[in-house]
Amino acid sequence: MTTTQEKVTPQRTSQPALRRTGDWARRAPLLPALVFLIIVTQLPFVGTLVISFMNWNAYYPDERGFAGFDNFARVLTDVTTREAIVTTIVLTVSVVLISLVLGMLVALLLDRAFLGRGFVRTMMITPFLVVPVAAALVWKHALYNPEYGLFNGLLTGIFGAGAPQPDWVSTMPLSSVVAALVWQWTPFMMLIILAGLQSKPLDVIEAAQLDGCSNFQIFRHMTFPHLRQYLELGGLLGSIYIVQNFDAVFTITSGGLGTANLPYTIYQTFYNAQDYGRASAAGVVVVIGTILIATLALRTVSSLFREEGSR
Amino acid sequence: MTTTAERTALTPSEAAVAPPRRRRSGAFLGVLAWIVGILFVLPVVWMVLTSFHSENDAATNPPSVFAPLTLDGYANFFGASTGASPWPPLLNSMTASVLSTLLVLILAIPAAYALSIRPVRKWTDVLFFFLSTKMLPVVAGLLPVYLIAQGIGMLDNIWLLIVLYTSMNLPIAVWMMRSFLAEVPVEILEAAAVDGSSLTHTLRVIVMPIVLPGIAATSLICFIFSWNELLFARVLTATVAQTAPVFLTSFVTSQGLFLAKVCAAAVVVSLPVLIAGFAAQDKLVQGLSLGAIK
Repeated sequence: MTTTQEKVTPQRTSQPALRRTGDWARRAPLLPALVFLIIVTQLPFVGTLVISFMNWNAYYPDERGFAGFDNFARVLTDVTTREAIVTTIVLTVSVVLISLVLGMLVALLLDRAFLGRGFVRTMMITPFLVVPVAAALVWKHALYNPEYGLFNGLLTGIFGAGAPQPDWVSTMPLSSVVAALVWQWTPFMMLIILAGLQSKPLDVIEAAQLDGCSNFQIFRHMTFPHLRQYLELGGLLGSIYIVQNFDAVFTITSGGLGTANLPYTIYQTFYNAQDYGRASAAGVVVVIGTILIATLALRTVSSLFREEGSR
Repeated sequence: MTTTAERTALTPSEAAVAPPRRRRSGAFLGVLAWIVGILFVLPVVWMVLTSFHSENDAATNPPSVFAPLTLDGYANFFGASTGASPWPPLLNSMTASVLSTLLVLILAIPAAYALSIRPVRKWTDVLFFFLSTKMLPVVAGLLPVYLIAQGIGMLDNIWLLIVLYTSMNLPIAVWMMRSFLAEVPVEILEAAAVDGSSLTHTLRVIVMPIVLPGIAATSLICFIFSWNELLFARVLTATVAQTAPVFLTSFVTSQGLFLAKVCAAAVVVSLPVLIAGFAAQDKLVQGLSLGAIK
């Protein structure tokens, strides 16, 4: 951050006369976007914060009032919410890690020249471009369905009529959601890591090859360290999106069978139970959790950003 | 195995021996890449194929891959049989996505200009503020938005979604546009200013041609995100302003008899995004990583 700012200052001090007149002219184009964002995103959160300290259930309008930390106490002691917190963590961590590893392997495959590489890349990206609800519907009905889904159909096709026909969603609900999300997010990780691979310093790697380093050594000591920040970026951006996932949970299991994550639980507390105070408190808890991830994400992005600025 | 191939490349005489071995492992990895690509695209292919089968052929075990193709699934989806017409939701999604994308551009381009070409003081802080709003979980602000919308009678109104989608995509657009505008060489702008070129003229002749592909990519990504959004739309709309993803949720509990119809619905709703995504493939990664990676 500081390095980029230092780059700007000399240019400014060289034109002190321009600077004074320019200050507001510089700021003006920024203001509409800034004001809009503060009003539409920050103010509602302040509202959530206020409501989280209130006793407010739309079914009991007469009991509205200040509740102190009651909602938070209820959120944190409630079994459903605690399960939802655990589910959210398990879901996010497993989807991010699996899709990150798969994405890296696929990116390494696609980083090499081979016949039809562009076409394979397009095939790989496709899962990310299917509308999330549509993708979840297809997984639920066309792939997982125990009677006519593709997975069990393939099992029958390969092993004959006696093949096992598991009911995927009811026997392994969370894994079913994870698999569908991994399928959708691997392309995202792949794209980011591929961008990283294609920006690696080729001359250094060629030198290493000439010095007799093995492919594994090159990967371990040169490619991987270079990729690290891209892996971090993919992981953290992926976490931010997957922590908030609603579509897949809502569609595949409707939050049943222990797959309700925090966004789904909050949606239910607010939409079905109409318990505004408690939903808001849970929302605040999610924000606190997200801030932890977001701080890391911002640091990663800013390190990438500093590199760009110093170039 | 590969180690020896690399080692032999050391001396020129042996290097002549090495390439065939490397090419063979390369061919293997190429085939592997194809297999992985096909596995990943398979559910989409299956979705499209099923959408063109009759309901009877769609619901078979083992799957009937070579069953005759028909448009029945699509006919059912577009209302030949029972059920609500998907046209209003599709139209709503299109309206919300296009208008919010336009609003995003109107707000984001000047802001990105102020953050790149003639940067304001502490511009990195401002940039990170934009990003931080993106990290605020949607659920955390949903309830007040709902209550306010209810209070002013904006529930089930497409304009509410347009405003919300604009705020959802604005941070991404500012980041993306900033990285595109940063590619405009300041020297050229200064030279133009010295030559007496007016600001509008400079923008039109020098800046626009450079950033136009960037504007196109930013628009496509904003469009995709707005089109895909479910949670806001699900909570804040009902019948009048219902969007396509919300319409799709009416199939969540539908049973096997309508598999082809469900797949046809998924194909139709995904089609605009698929087209936009393939068109913006190269810029997709830059948009998704918020412009941090070029």
